Amino acid sequence: MASVQSVLAAALRPVNAPPAVLAWLVPIASIVVGLLAFGVFVALLGRNPLEVYATIFEGGFASAFSWNNTLLRAAPLILTGLAVAIPAQAGLVVIGGEGALALGALAAAAVAVPLAPSLGAGALVAGAVAGAAAGGLWFALTGYFRAYRGLNETISSLLLSYIAIAVFNHLVEGPLRDPASLNKPSTLPLPDAAMIGQIPWLDVHWGLAIGLVACLIAQLALSRSTQGFALRVAGGNPRAAMLVGLPVGALIVAACALGGAAAGLAGAIEVMAVHSAASASVLAGYGTTGILVAFMARQQPLAIVPVAILMGGIAAAGSLLQRRLDLPDATTLVLQGLLFVSILAGEAFMPKERR
Amino acid sequence: MTFDAVLTVLIAVMGGAIRVSTPFLFVSLGECITEKSGRINLGLEGTMVFGAMFGYAVSYHTGSPWLGVLAAGCSGVVFGAVHGLLCSLPRVNDTAIGISLIVLGLGLAYFFGKAYIQPTAPRLPSLDLGAWSDRPALRAALQVNVLFIVGAVLAFVLHWAFANTRWGLQLRTVGDSADAARALGLSVGRTRVMATALGGFFGGVAGAYLSLYYPGSWNEALSSGQGVMAVALVIFARWRPLGCFRAALIFGGAGSIGPALQAVGIQAGYHLWNAAPYVLTLAIMLASTSKARASIGAPGELSMTR
Repeated sequence: MASVQSVLAAALRPVNAPPAVLAWLVPIASIVVGLLAFGVFVALLGRNPLEVYATIFEGGFASAFSWNNTLLRAAPLILTGLAVAIPAQAGLVVIGGEGALALGALAAAAVAVPLAPSLGAGALVAGAVAGAAAGGLWFALTGYFRAYRGLNETISSLLLSYIAIAVFNHLVEGPLRDPASLNKPSTLPLPDAAMIGQIPWLDVHWGLAIGLVACLIAQLALSRSTQGFALRVAGGNPRAAMLVGLPVGALIVAACALGGAAAGLAGAIEVMAVHSAASASVLAGYGTTGILVAFMARQQPLAIVPVAILMGGIAAAGSLLQRRLDLPDATTLVLQGLLFVSILAGEAFMPKERR
Repeated sequence: MTFDAVLTVLIAVMGGAIRVSTPFLFVSLGECITEKSGRINLGLEGTMVFGAMFGYAVSYHTGSPWLGVLAAGCSGVVFGAVHGLLCSLPRVNDTAIGISLIVLGLGLAYFFGKAYIQPTAPRLPSLDLGAWSDRPALRAALQVNVLFIVGAVLAFVLHWAFANTRWGLQLRTVGDSADAARALGLSVGRTRVMATALGGFFGGVAGAYLSLYYPGSWNEALSSGQGVMAVALVIFARWRPLGCFRAALIFGGAGSIGPALQAVGIQAGYHLWNAAPYVLTLAIMLASTSKARASIGAPGELSMTR
């Protein structure tokens, strides 16, 4: 393997760019490599790669309609990406976002629907708080197990995620089921008038703005506040953090809880702005894609936003690819996979200094 | 519930344990080999689903399910090798590469698998070990698939090989201390790539079991996360092949409680029973770890337990 590495290193040696330039150049080059690999894949199947690229661009980014579609998918991805990025500051790899999203959706549906007739918009706030709290508590368990029981957070978050999804299915198809939902079990729906509204001009629900604000706050808190600094110290060097008296355990639990709150909020917003009720269609894999969004953004909250929009756009192009070129909608999954792999492998060529 | 119903449920759980555990057994043995070398491969889920599609397609075209199993294993080798090579690059995160290979594996499987949702491929045979019994439930439960037996034998073979062969010692040295392995003149990178590729083979075979035996057809909702759970099972098994065998059986048994109850007409809490394997794993892991001794038996180079 040494040979593979040395060949790659030799290939990159001419790029004697300063770190700051490299930090921009490498991700862009990685995206180009991923796109080229996808082009080869498409060409091998006898399709015209340029036509496929053009269709993806058209389906994701070319018109107001496609932007609307893209941002609709980016909105939950921003929050589920944040759910991974915040615990990552403490050095944790938490991958159970889908479960926290499910519980957030469930909590929002259970709280907002009965309150909507009497509270109006207040019901949406209550639903959002309930969703964030449910997701936050769920992730806090992972943090607690990690900090106080020594149980690996990646594994426990995964197990907890499957448990959460089972609870979700149980409640949606059982106790919380709307008797009127015959073919597709779902909870009682929120009336149209009571749902989260659209941002004027953009035609996308306000959940997108909530995600943007959350990223901004997270970025500022991590780079400017004492707690954010303490969290990064605990993540970078737990022993040093303990020696200077930082409450490492509490920081880990708090970071996980905040991450879970973001994922829970994503689920709550999906229910209150898009689906109107909790059903299987809420669990569309945003929690899983969010993991990759966070890694591609190198766990930087503000960088999550463009990455989530890129991934949302590719996913949004699926139906156009199917209609116009008769390609299966899994085509977008192949492209996402190739982009993920090439961007993550590109990490090897990033400048050594972090941040 | 009558005595007879209880017995029926117990027999169904036993049969289900064998049936449901087989993919867990293969995929966790594959993960065990990979992790022994000091790497984690979360991507076995993608490997497995692609293997399920590819094995089904090959079985359909050649008429031989065993060729399908072999082809699925070979496709797994490719995924494993790609994972191993990418993770050899400096500063590349193996957890994240694993998740991205899940996405790629699912994408490719769904892309090429669309054509194979309708056709019926020849399935893997099973051994009728319950022929002596006149109890239909027991006879059904003892329809043991051949891959389960192969997997059980492989668990014993790996247990022996890890301890007694040059290859096993090399693998464990690389996994416990890369520095020590280098001092002995072993190639750390090559050993890890080969271990990950071999682990991929097992993952592919696990997938072929899903499409060619149980549930026994190819569709996009085939896997319920067996590939990702392999990582938990291996920790649960304390990185021992025989532990993987036991863990897979426990997991499979817990997972078949819901369907077994459903078979005697108990519908309540079906979805909650589906969570039983995960709750059980979590409880056992919590009971067996403490802050002081987090992961006994873990390979020293494993990023996840360091």
